Amino acid sequence: MSKEKDITILAIESSCDETAAAVIRNGREVLSNVISSQIELHKLYGGVVPEIASRKHIEKINQVIEEALSEAGITLDDLDAIGVTYGPGLVGALLVGVAEAKAISYVKNLPLVGVHHIEGHISANYIEHPDLEPQFLCLVVSGGHTHLVLVRDYGKYEIIGRTRDDAAGEAFDKVARAIGLGYPGGPKIDKLAKEGNADAIPFPRAHIEGSVYDFSFSGLKSAVLNYINSCQMKGVEINRADVAASFQKAVTDVLVHNAMQAVKEYGIKKLAIAGGVASNSSLRNAMREACEKNNIEFYHPSPVFCTDNAAMIGVAAYYDYINGTRHGLDLNAVPNLKLGERQDQPQ
Amino acid sequence: MRILALDSSGLVATVAVIEDENMMAEYTVNYKKTHSQTLLPMLDEIVKMTELDLGTIDAIAVAGGPGSFTGLRIGSATAKGIGLALGKPLIHVPTLDALAYNLYGTDKVICPIMDARRNQVYTGIYEFSNNTFQVMVKQKAVSIDDIVGALNKIGREVIFLGDGVPVYRKRIAEIAEIPYSFAPAHLSRQRAGAVGVLGGEYFRQGKTETAADHQPDYLRLSQAERELAEKQQAEL
Repeated sequence: MSKEKDITILAIESSCDETAAAVIRNGREVLSNVISSQIELHKLYGGVVPEIASRKHIEKINQVIEEALSEAGITLDDLDAIGVTYGPGLVGALLVGVAEAKAISYVKNLPLVGVHHIEGHISANYIEHPDLEPQFLCLVVSGGHTHLVLVRDYGKYEIIGRTRDDAAGEAFDKVARAIGLGYPGGPKIDKLAKEGNADAIPFPRAHIEGSVYDFSFSGLKSAVLNYINSCQMKGVEINRADVAASFQKAVTDVLVHNAMQAVKEYGIKKLAIAGGVASNSSLRNAMREACEKNNIEFYHPSPVFCTDNAAMIGVAAYYDYINGTRHGLDLNAVPNLKLGERQDQPQ
Repeated sequence: MRILALDSSGLVATVAVIEDENMMAEYTVNYKKTHSQTLLPMLDEIVKMTELDLGTIDAIAVAGGPGSFTGLRIGSATAKGIGLALGKPLIHVPTLDALAYNLYGTDKVICPIMDARRNQVYTGIYEFSNNTFQVMVKQKAVSIDDIVGALNKIGREVIFLGDGVPVYRKRIAEIAEIPYSFAPAHLSRQRAGAVGVLGGEYFRQGKTETAADHQPDYLRLSQAERELAEKQQAEL
């Protein structure tokens, strides 16, 4: 019997502040993963500036793609398809990747697969875990998203919980700013928290009445800000490490609690985490511990596949590709694209 | 020599193929700004109709700015993607130069104006001297009063064109001291044909860039950069 033909996909990601391209073989093997980060640029402004991000994308995109191809040791002629993030994200930023991907797919006559950014994050777990297959539960936590997703099958997603207000990563950024740590807040809080006492300050854990899997982080964020204010008014010096550790524990507790509720209720044996906050050490440790206690298999990507990257988009694109998803030359960026939503067009 | 040309800098989406002295095809739509969805299908349409083998084009000419930031990037990313896939260079044609080139051969002064919001227009001043295209004032973002003031100083008859005309028609009437007219509908907006012909001139002069190097010339900082600069200025 002859070996089945390899499927090689070039993936492009430009939904926020990383310009990225990757080459993925057969959905699981990363041949290259090139990321041009703009983080230093946006630090000046305390957060991502959409227009600056878009300008940087257009400046870097060809270089990033060419690097991804050459690192993989292939040319465009070796590809089977092109995958690109078309939402959710910053519309101007998304449009750069979408227009570029469409043009290449048009000229080279390659199938085009538009990918949902969060489905990409979830799919990042497949890269380093060859044994991981649906179904499993995935907690997606990043600067823009906090979702509990039931992955029923490749390309079949069901959101069972989501944040009602701030994303977890957003709360990290805001608290980091309040205690003078700057942007991006996640890694900085993670680091400082290691020197603090996580039980020093009893910050609230929000649970939503009637929807047990949903999250809310704005109350927690306000509680941290109020605590800082009241200390300042009383002239009490703030222990920043304790604030960071206590805040981080409050976030982690809620994320772990809801995830464990969900795996029990749905009878799922596998739990994965994804998104930028998935590289937070406190969350990883707490989730691993909880999973071990409950006899659940725990999965998480390496940090490089947690933050925005194109390898994860290539993985998601592969499963969409073999499921028959194809997009046309009129594919548009959809900044508020819903998870699991498909805008398929016959080619 | 074959040039593929595109312009999505403003309300118009337009694509063309120029082969030496012949414009094989031009497709221009000034209806709803959905360039992201329309530009590539439009290109595909003319490629099919002219049975064009994309591999035979020599370069891609693109209106490089100024214009709508997002519109410029759609055109730019499309051109960069085509350039990357074909291994062909890009030609950066200033948007207003191409717009002025619509009025080839006129003995009058040409003043294209694009609405740039914030009470400014993207504009420049051009002429044909012995049928040679001349840039009298390089494209920039200024108030309509500033550019009409400059035209008054030049003191020659002017033809205005561009999407700034309907916005500033009244103001021009109030302050122009020179005879002027407005270009008719078929010449008054961006046309990829002009981008391609002017691009061909640049190509012959060796003025090309790699697809990787190309980026739009916005003529303006982003709002965040502007505000940061103002803040730093105020602190000095």
